[in-house]
Amino acid sequence: MDAIATSSAGPSAIAVERLRKVYKGVVAVDGISFALAPGSITGLLGGNGAGKTTTIAMIMGLVTPTSGAVTVLGAAMPRERYRVLHRMNFESPYVDMPMRLTVRQNLTVFAELYGVEDVSARIAALAADLDLTEFLDRPNGKLSAGQKTRVALAKSLLNDPEVLLLDEPTASLDPDTADWVRGRLEAFCRRHGTTVLLASHNMSEVERLCSRVIIMKRGRVEDDDTPDRLLARYGRRNLEEVFLDVARGREREVAP
Amino acid sequence: MSIAGAAQGFSVRRISAMVRRYWYLLSSSWPRILDLIYWPTVQMLMWGFLQLYVSQHGGFFAQASGVFIGAVLLWDILFRGQLGFSISFLEEMYARNLGNIMMSPLRPVELIVSLMIMSIVRLSIGMIPVSFLAIAFFGFNLWALGLALAAFFVNLMLTSWSIGIFVAGLLLRNGLGAESLAWTIMFLFLPLTCVYYPVAVLPVWLQWVAWALPPTYVFEGMRALLIDHTFRADLMIEALVFNAVLFAAASWAFTWLLESAREHGSLIQTGE
Repeated sequence: MDAIATSSAGPSAIAVERLRKVYKGVVAVDGISFALAPGSITGLLGGNGAGKTTTIAMIMGLVTPTSGAVTVLGAAMPRERYRVLHRMNFESPYVDMPMRLTVRQNLTVFAELYGVEDVSARIAALAADLDLTEFLDRPNGKLSAGQKTRVALAKSLLNDPEVLLLDEPTASLDPDTADWVRGRLEAFCRRHGTTVLLASHNMSEVERLCSRVIIMKRGRVEDDDTPDRLLARYGRRNLEEVFLDVARGREREVAP
Repeated sequence: MSIAGAAQGFSVRRISAMVRRYWYLLSSSWPRILDLIYWPTVQMLMWGFLQLYVSQHGGFFAQASGVFIGAVLLWDILFRGQLGFSISFLEEMYARNLGNIMMSPLRPVELIVSLMIMSIVRLSIGMIPVSFLAIAFFGFNLWALGLALAAFFVNLMLTSWSIGIFVAGLLLRNGLGAESLAWTIMFLFLPLTCVYYPVAVLPVWLQWVAWALPPTYVFEGMRALLIDHTFRADLMIEALVFNAVLFAAASWAFTWLLESAREHGSLIQTGE
């Protein structure tokens, strides 16, 4: 599928161009291209091994592409990452924050790293917003999975990021907590005009939050469109069915 | 919201944040603090009593008061300095926090400086009480070495940081599979840098290797001070030159290993 090279709103917040990553002869990402408009929320779908995490890692500058280019807020990644890292943030279940440190200590350290001005006020505001106030002086290791996820989310929002990369932000949460987290995340991003790239296996989460969905399979972009158009094109009622069609290689309907 | 100076090339604030992070951890855990003091105390006592025993039999060792105990204290500065650096780095890997750190605006050089500061903090917690115990038990006053101690300390810390930086690079590239190196790499220096005996004891070909290692000059300098009562400034300057080369090589290796880790995707797979 052809990439969206530029957004209609102007320069892209994230631009990925013919991006390829090969690990010891194994192609993890195979020449993908897409561009995300500022303020948009985009879902990145794909089965295990589709290349989502590698793609996000290249966007963050943690992995050097074999070829192709990634630009975030005008900075070429990973070479110019320090120009923009303070304007980005991320959350992933594959990283943790130190267990022995309290929530306040963890958030303070990261606020200082990101150069947040009034650290105490910022932490207090986020804690109030994410219902963390009563846990601020509790060690991170003593929190439940849902509370830890909220702390990780607070960390990812500390610097009011212009670009937010979320890798399975509600994994391991019960449906109620996950829904609560999605609501807070959605409100924050709409309020601040944050550009979000959301990798998820949760299709209802993607349907709720995302105005655009990129589906990856075996390192390639298999489809890229709005949720409504994807549903119409595959003749399905929800994204989960679309995902299964793509994952199992079933042909899509010809778009009108 | 304004982000104050986060794009700066070098930030004291970010370094302070990392030092604070390690201090929070250390100060919240008494087993970690006990560990800093326990082994240096055991080492000092063992070598101190051994020295007491051999000195009671007269001869050379009766004259060379404090050589063993001085050696073990300086060895602990070298060993604990590197361990203090490496353990702080390993804490990030144990906590699965490295991804958060690497994705933040923290520069690698800032991380290294914060680890250097923490190695001094950890070393001070362990060694200062032990140095006073050495006075109480054996009448050996490390602090009485004065300026010589400062020269020994600077050279030993530079070596310990160089090794710590190199090990951190290996950990970034190879994950926790390289963890054992963090604990054991410095023991290679124990026989080669002649901590407890003069360089002249080694075979000639191995003496060349020993003289290529900066701590060798420090331990020879310590023996010259304690046995001959002579401060060998020439040895300290030579140690400094070798340390400069070693530090530059370790920094280059760290940079190369970090880039290699980015190439191989090791930064997102820092487990075993």
